[in-house]
Parts: sequence; structure tokens; C-alpha cells
Amino acid sequence: MPANPQLNANGELQHLLSIEGLPREILVQILNTAESFAGVTEREVKKVPLMRGKSVFNLFFEASTRTRTTFEIAAKRLSADVINLNVAVSSQSKGESLLDTVANLSAMQADVFVVRHASSGAPYLIARHVKPHEHVVNAGDGRHAHPTQGLLDLYTIRHYKKDFSRLIVAVVGDVLHSRVARSLIHGLTTLGVPEVRVIGPQTLMPAGVEALGVRVFHDMRAGLKDCDVVVMLRLQNERMSGPLLPSAQEFFKNFGLTADKLALARPDAIVMHPGPMNRGVEIDSPVADGPHSVILPQVTFGIAVRMAVMSIVAGN
Amino acid sequence: MTSKLPDAEALLPALAAQLKPAVTPATAMIGLHTGGAWVAERLHPLLGMKDPLGLMDIAFYRDDYAKEGLKHDPKKTRIPFEVEGRDLLLVDDVLYTGRTVRAAMNELFDYGRPRSIALVVLADRGGRQLPIEARYCGVRIEVPASKKLRLKRAANGKLSLELEDAS
Repeated sequence: MPANPQLNANGELQHLLSIEGLPREILVQILNTAESFAGVTEREVKKVPLMRGKSVFNLFFEASTRTRTTFEIAAKRLSADVINLNVAVSSQSKGESLLDTVANLSAMQADVFVVRHASSGAPYLIARHVKPHEHVVNAGDGRHAHPTQGLLDLYTIRHYKKDFSRLIVAVVGDVLHSRVARSLIHGLTTLGVPEVRVIGPQTLMPAGVEALGVRVFHDMRAGLKDCDVVVMLRLQNERMSGPLLPSAQEFFKNFGLTADKLALARPDAIVMHPGPMNRGVEIDSPVADGPHSVILPQVTFGIAVRMAVMSIVAGN
Repeated sequence: MTSKLPDAEALLPALAAQLKPAVTPATAMIGLHTGGAWVAERLHPLLGMKDPLGLMDIAFYRDDYAKEGLKHDPKKTRIPFEVEGRDLLLVDDVLYTGRTVRAAMNELFDYGRPRSIALVVLADRGGRQLPIEARYCGVRIEVPASKKLRLKRAANGKLSLELEDAS
């Protein structure tokens, strides 16, 4: 088996590319470190000097507002210098290759590359070519992985539920196209969640998804029964008119999270969503804004989790 | 070697007696994770301060991050009182190079501007690399650079000083 490209010779996290294949101890280290950073973000001075003098390059080959912004805030709170590159509209449109772009940025003394790319595996390619002191954090690659989102979901679940070992967690919606779902499922199983369910129409469920250790439901009401955590996935607009779905209304009727469907979950269930939400498509407004929703705390926790990831990789 | 080390339990009441005359209504205490927190947890109830004990982990302020990285899971810093204008007793177990204390002072000033900070340590082993001294000290011990002086806490809560080989 080839060595895990995310770990250095001492088994420490060198790059964060995917939750898949990370040992439990590293996931716990990231969550614990993030918890300490959450304390920092509650202070009046929300900054620590840890990464003073280091440079973080946000390299977004695909549009993103929330993820890029929270990475930027996280890097600034670590006292790093942050450079945002919206590569979709710069060099690449002039024909520069991915590795040439990275080599140029490396020549500008980068320490961390935060990479979002529409192609699965692009951050792996970059990680194979960077210098030993440079680190890559995957901020979403194609349909493959979105590890910091998965980690912030894990952080949110631990924050509200304390213990993973007795939970039923349901991931609902377009599992097929979701890199968030994939990252989260790997994290949940690694941390010992006994029952992970995926709920969605057959057409939006990857073939062989059971191999990830999940129970598959095509009936949302059956799937939500007794759940402690409900993670809604975004239904991407471009899928709605495609051949996989009859209509957004039809999807909402069957798989949209409404108060009456949520009533089947445990009374203290939490509702999560990675954003951006389509109200009235995968989630009803009264649920999104209701007492079970922890969707906005997720965003806040995301900053502490990204501080933890960047400070751990940049120190290894 | 171990038998010659002072008894940490015996040092605690003596250290509390040194501190007692200095405590005013403006005094508050902060212990540094992990050993300093143990010492502070023992001293704090003996001094009748009105504010709860603060605990601090200086991991995010260390000066050796570039070399060492973040190796241990940092604990959450909890300071349950206003730092602004207070007279702080900063408590650590063993004073050595002074770097931990420097990092702690840097972190403290991100919470506010204390009126004063006094350093309290259970043991001072010498070997300072920075101009930092303890105002209240349980014991001074000469320890060679090849050794590490550590505070241990047993399951029953008893504290003891031990010598280990420095890694």
C-alpha cells in the first residue's frame, strides 16, 4: 500500500487532503485543538501570534464565498499573511498550467496553499509537487472531498452531543454529487458513530454507497426515525432540471426537511446544513430558522476548525 | 536522586503563607496548564479570593512553534474574570528558561491590561534564558541541563516533584 500522502514520516499531518484514511487520533487532535481556538474567537482580541510571518495562499479555482472567507478569517486570526487568488479569472484563463501556477506562488514564499478545484484530486497533485515546508489544505475538490467542512460538521456534532458512540446520524439529499457527505461519512465512522444513514432518491445515491458503512433509506420518514443528528445536503440548482429529478417541488415533497418530518427524529435532534441553503427545496424555512437548527453555529465553528487545521499542518 | 527532591505537598502551605499578605480584593489567580494549574488549584482555596481560578494554556503563544509545531492538544484557556486593572498571581510549577512565562504574559495582554503580574512557582531550577524571576517561590533547586524537573499528580491528587532525563 502506498504511504498516506497526507502524513509525514512521523505519522503527523503534513497536508489535509481528505478525511478518508486519517487515523482517529489525528481527527481527535484537530477537534481538540479547534476547541481551544474556539476560546480565542470568543475573546475581544481574536488573534494569536502562532503563524506570524507565514503566508497562506487561498487558491480558488472554483467559486466560493463562505469557505474562502472563513479560511481567510482563520489565517488572519493566526496572524498569518493571507493572499487570495481567484484563479478562475487569472492565470489559468491565460493558459497557465496548475503546477506552473503553484510553482510561481511557491517562488513567492508560500507556507500553506488552501486549494479549491472542480477536478477531484487536484490538491493531491499539488501536494506531490510542493516543497517539504509547504502544506496543502483541500478546500473542496470536485465530487471527492471537502475535509474541513466534514471536520466542522464533526466538531458541531461533538459540541452538541458530546459523545459519538451512541448516535444515529442521517445525511439527507443529493449524496451522489456531495463531497461534503463523503468527507463527513468517513469521519463519523472513524470516530465510532454506530449508525450512519443516508437518505435520498435512488437517482442521487452513489452505487455501492453501503460499502462506506451506512444504511440507505429512500423513504425519508423511515430514515429520520430516532435520529440524533440530521445533516441536510444542498441540492445544486443545476441538478434540478436534469434527468435525475422530476422537479424541485417534487424533491421538497419527498426529501425536504419540514417540521412534521423532523418530528420523527429525537426531540433533541440537531439540524445541520453546509450552506448555501435552498429554502423550500431541501429545507423548509421554519426548520432552518427553528430551535433544532445549528446551521449558523456551524459557520462560526468552521473558523476555529480551519485555524486548527492550518496551525497543525504548518507546524509539522 | 529522587529521594533528595523536596516534598511538593509540604511546599504548598508554605507558599500559600507567603502569598497570603499580598492578597487584596483586586488580586486574582491564573494557573498555567498543566502543572501550574495543579499548583494553582491547591493554592487558590487557601487564599480566599473572590474570583474563581483562571487557567491558561500558552500553546498558541509559544516561541518554538516554527521548530516544534503544535504537538500536544492544547487545553482551552478560561479566564472567568476581567483582567483589566487586576493584580494577577501567575502560577506555574517549575521555572526554568522563562519562555513559558513570557508566552503567558503575551497571552494575558490579549485579555486586557492588568495592573500588575507577580510570578508564583513551586520550584525554581535555574537556567533562565530571559530576564524573568519569580516573586514567590516554594523552593530553589539546582538541576543539571541534562535533567528535566517535572511535577506529577497521583490518582489521589497528591503532587510530587520528579527528575527525568531531558529528551
